[in-house]
Amino acid sequence: MVPAGGAAGFIALWWLAVLLRLADPVLLPSPLETFNDTAKSFTQGPLLHDLWRTVTRTVLSFLVACAIGVPLGLLLGAKESIYRAVEFVVDFFRSTPASALFPLFLILFGVGEGTKIAVAAFGAALVILFNAAYGVMNARRTRLLAARVMGASPLRVVFDVMLWEAMPQILVGMRSGVSLALVIVVVAEMFIGSTDGLGQRVIVAQSLFESGLMYGVIFVAGALGYLLNLTFLLLEKRFIHWAGK
Amino acid sequence: MNAISPREAALSVRGLRKAFGGVPVYDGFALDVKRGDILAIFGPNGCGKSTLINMAAGLLPADAGEILYDGRTVDEVRIGYVFQNYREALFPWRRAAENIRYPLRRMGLKRAEIERRLEALAADFRVRFDLNAYPYSLSGGQQQLVSIMRALAVEPEVLFLDEPFSALDYETTLSLRTLLQQVLKARKTTTILVSHDLEESIVLADRILMLTRRPTLVADDIAVDLAWPREAATLSAPDFIAIKARCLDVFTRAVAGA
Repeated sequence: MVPAGGAAGFIALWWLAVLLRLADPVLLPSPLETFNDTAKSFTQGPLLHDLWRTVTRTVLSFLVACAIGVPLGLLLGAKESIYRAVEFVVDFFRSTPASALFPLFLILFGVGEGTKIAVAAFGAALVILFNAAYGVMNARRTRLLAARVMGASPLRVVFDVMLWEAMPQILVGMRSGVSLALVIVVVAEMFIGSTDGLGQRVIVAQSLFESGLMYGVIFVAGALGYLLNLTFLLLEKRFIHWAGK
Repeated sequence: MNAISPREAALSVRGLRKAFGGVPVYDGFALDVKRGDILAIFGPNGCGKSTLINMAAGLLPADAGEILYDGRTVDEVRIGYVFQNYREALFPWRRAAENIRYPLRRMGLKRAEIERRLEALAADFRVRFDLNAYPYSLSGGQQQLVSIMRALAVEPEVLFLDEPFSALDYETTLSLRTLLQQVLKARKTTTILVSHDLEESIVLADRILMLTRRPTLVADDIAVDLAWPREAATLSAPDFIAIKARCLDVFTRAVAGA
């Protein structure tokens, strides 16, 4: 109930600002107008399609990021000497704003779907890789030894122990990774030859002074990010039932 | 201690050498453990008790020397190992029963045989808690019991116990070690116990190996000729007290003789 109260308070303040004419009505439409414009764009306009495109791109880049980040992270974590050697490079690119890499990826992948997904996947993969590697490096030594004593081959130890030991950290990496992927996809939709997606919709709405729709799309993007985060939090709770016990 | 003939030895250690950072812990160490015996290893802190069983279990390489199980290396035999910290040794993502089945699956046993062994162990240890529970929902004693069952499931040629009761309360320790001695003696499992509890070592062992400070040598090798099963009354029996006094005396000299 408390979060709902906070949201209601936010909308009340917004409405108050509109009633008091604190800003030009063209720049700050009322919540009702925003809602109506957004609902209309959902039912009659392209917003549903835009949402779908953004979700697809985010999920696709997240899947690519997992396919690269998880196995590579496990491998690097298992061989700590290798990880120490590449740690700086991983850390460096993890800290580099992915948006700064757009021009490079444009050269590599051209103008199109591939570039958006590749940049987002690149950013998310590094986060996931980093977390997976740390998860493995912090695996309980006793459990690895226990598996060895019970006759598990080195490959078995990786899949039966290391992967599970790293799982809580991998899911943390996935949660940050999917959020980052969404951020990059939305920015890419704004600037890398797009005709659809939430990023494209928000910048088009802005340039056409459809500010009701612009705010609406921002909230839709926010809700999407929030839901993705929540999904992974619930997954962590559900799936990593042994964590902290 | 009577000499152990090669045919009787489940485990033979010869010329063992191990140094950490240039400081020798073992330098020409030898040991024979008779099949079916429970051997307790007792000594001052840092004398390398755990190091010895870790080398024997193949978890730590020796610098030199040989450790053979009836002529075979550790890779060629089945062993069991119970770690001190059950919380970090069990797999919390697997149910208790799945933890016990794990080494049996690694051996490639048939499902029916795996279940037979699991049920036999549950009966031997009179398990009354739910083996389908996850380890973290069990008590410390139950978790360590699951660890012991997991180690015994493979029917090991030698079972290693590394301070198995040190994280448990006294009441739990008493009941668990009563159960353990019954099962080990019934199954005739050769066992090496590392403990820092003298009473526990004497109660559980056929033989106690007293070690010195490093470089580690055998300070004394004491046969424990107390009748089985050993119960609460054993702890106040004159024989028990005599052995304990001898051990304490050796221990004090071993520590002082550094």
